[in-house]
Amino acid sequence: MLKCEQFNKICAALDKCEHYQKFKVYKDKILALGNDSLEKTIAIAVALCLVCAVLVSFSAVALKSLQVHNKELDMKKNILDVAGLLQEGSDIDSEFAEKIEAKIVNLETGDYVEDMNPAEYDQRKAAKDPALSVAIPKDKDIAHIRVKAKFAKVFLVKESGEIKSIILPVHGYGLWSTLYGFLSLDADGQTVQSINFYDQAETPGLGGEVVNPKWRALWKGKKVYAESDQPSAEKGLIESAEIGEPALSLIKGVVDNTKPGSQYQVDGLAGASLTSTGVTNLVRYWMSNEGFAPYLAKVRTVKGVKS
Amino acid sequence: MSAVLLNDETKKVLITPLVNDNPITLQVLGICSALAVTSQMSTSLIMALALTLVTAFSSAAISAIRNHIPSSIRIIVQMTIIASLVIVVDQLLKAFAYDVSKQLSVFVGLIITNCIVMGRAEGYAMKNPPLESFMDGIGNGLGYSLILIIVAFFRETLGSGKLLGVEVFKLTKDGGWYDPNGLMLLPPSAFFIIGLIIWAVRQWKPEQTEKVEFKIMSIAHGEGGHH
Repeated sequence: MLKCEQFNKICAALDKCEHYQKFKVYKDKILALGNDSLEKTIAIAVALCLVCAVLVSFSAVALKSLQVHNKELDMKKNILDVAGLLQEGSDIDSEFAEKIEAKIVNLETGDYVEDMNPAEYDQRKAAKDPALSVAIPKDKDIAHIRVKAKFAKVFLVKESGEIKSIILPVHGYGLWSTLYGFLSLDADGQTVQSINFYDQAETPGLGGEVVNPKWRALWKGKKVYAESDQPSAEKGLIESAEIGEPALSLIKGVVDNTKPGSQYQVDGLAGASLTSTGVTNLVRYWMSNEGFAPYLAKVRTVKGVKS
Repeated sequence: MSAVLLNDETKKVLITPLVNDNPITLQVLGICSALAVTSQMSTSLIMALALTLVTAFSSAAISAIRNHIPSSIRIIVQMTIIASLVIVVDQLLKAFAYDVSKQLSVFVGLIITNCIVMGRAEGYAMKNPPLESFMDGIGNGLGYSLILIIVAFFRETLGSGKLLGVEVFKLTKDGGWYDPNGLMLLPPSAFFIIGLIIWAVRQWKPEQTEKVEFKIMSIAHGEGGHH
């Protein structure tokens, strides 16, 4: 009822308005014109554009906050998931705020950048900004991404001051699409905890199986970098084996766990060799000196100093 | 809906597009999206819903102003209305069904160029009142949905052994018996399925078969091939 009264009031006010009266006269004149007259054609086109523009902008503006929230929630969910902290029914926002720490890393030096706010930094946007990105030389661009942001947003899970997992953003080209994902590593910057592709458009059922939990589980415990002196490291004879080049790759078929080198191998996706190659390349690229290798080296030494 | 509302015309425009005048099998419109989104049931359902809503509302809107649309800019007026509605649907999906919108946003944008929407606007809404046009949009949307659901049913079950993401056949790679058919996951398989559906419908309703437009004359023996 109230709304109806208000509406009537607005109508009454409009009736008094001189311009509205003029508009009404003009409207009647236009509508009475023949459909093919030039004036009517232009008037209808303008009026239609105005109405549609208002409709579209209204929906975009009114729903903006919901959409942004959805996007953030989705990202947080993916990060918690790759860290193995996602529980059914828990509140994602509070869980994320409590357990995950975002940091900005300078990819070239591997140092943390303290004067940037991680909450406001968007690595995907930065990659498109010439001031914040660098072109990748063709011979090094194995992930086929052409440009990369100078700074990367990494996430850390800490427990009583000690790093539990390092979550690194990775992306690269598969068969149809650029795959965006997170790779989470143990504090040694070497052992994989999990991988999670949150944005991809590979063939559903074939390359799209990168999101399959069963396949993702195969990554747990795999090693990223080739180790020169593995046995002694395992026996605890030395603090850590020397870290070499990224060696992790997807192979055709199923990994034979008894063979040497199987710790660097993950089952390829059946029927999706190009997506598998893409995943291998993007992991190798982001774990190389072009990507996070300098940062991971520093994480290891800092940890070494502490202990 | 009350029975009073459903007069004969409304009933006709609601029901004939399901089988007798199906936009996909008889009019052969909207094939492109039927190929693209049917590898999974969930995306097909959302696409069907989005297309039905867009067709219904755009037909109603176009029909409401049909007497004032200048014929020289007719098509572009229809396109503007359809495109605006599609953007609104896309925004709604992003706000309320984020996961689905991530998979579908490209295809939702393509509803603008979906021939069914344009076809109904031009073929029905320009000549009929808004309510009937709205129902005609719903009817054609449902006809499209029906085919999409059938195609998605075969593609998802045979292609990945699942339905709506729930396991139906246990796959060999998980220790089961079913070896999935990779072709079913690729768009061309929808061509085969839609072709088979069209064949089946025309066997059932022979009046849908088009008349042969021309006949190849049989050439008397020995005359052909010597030029």
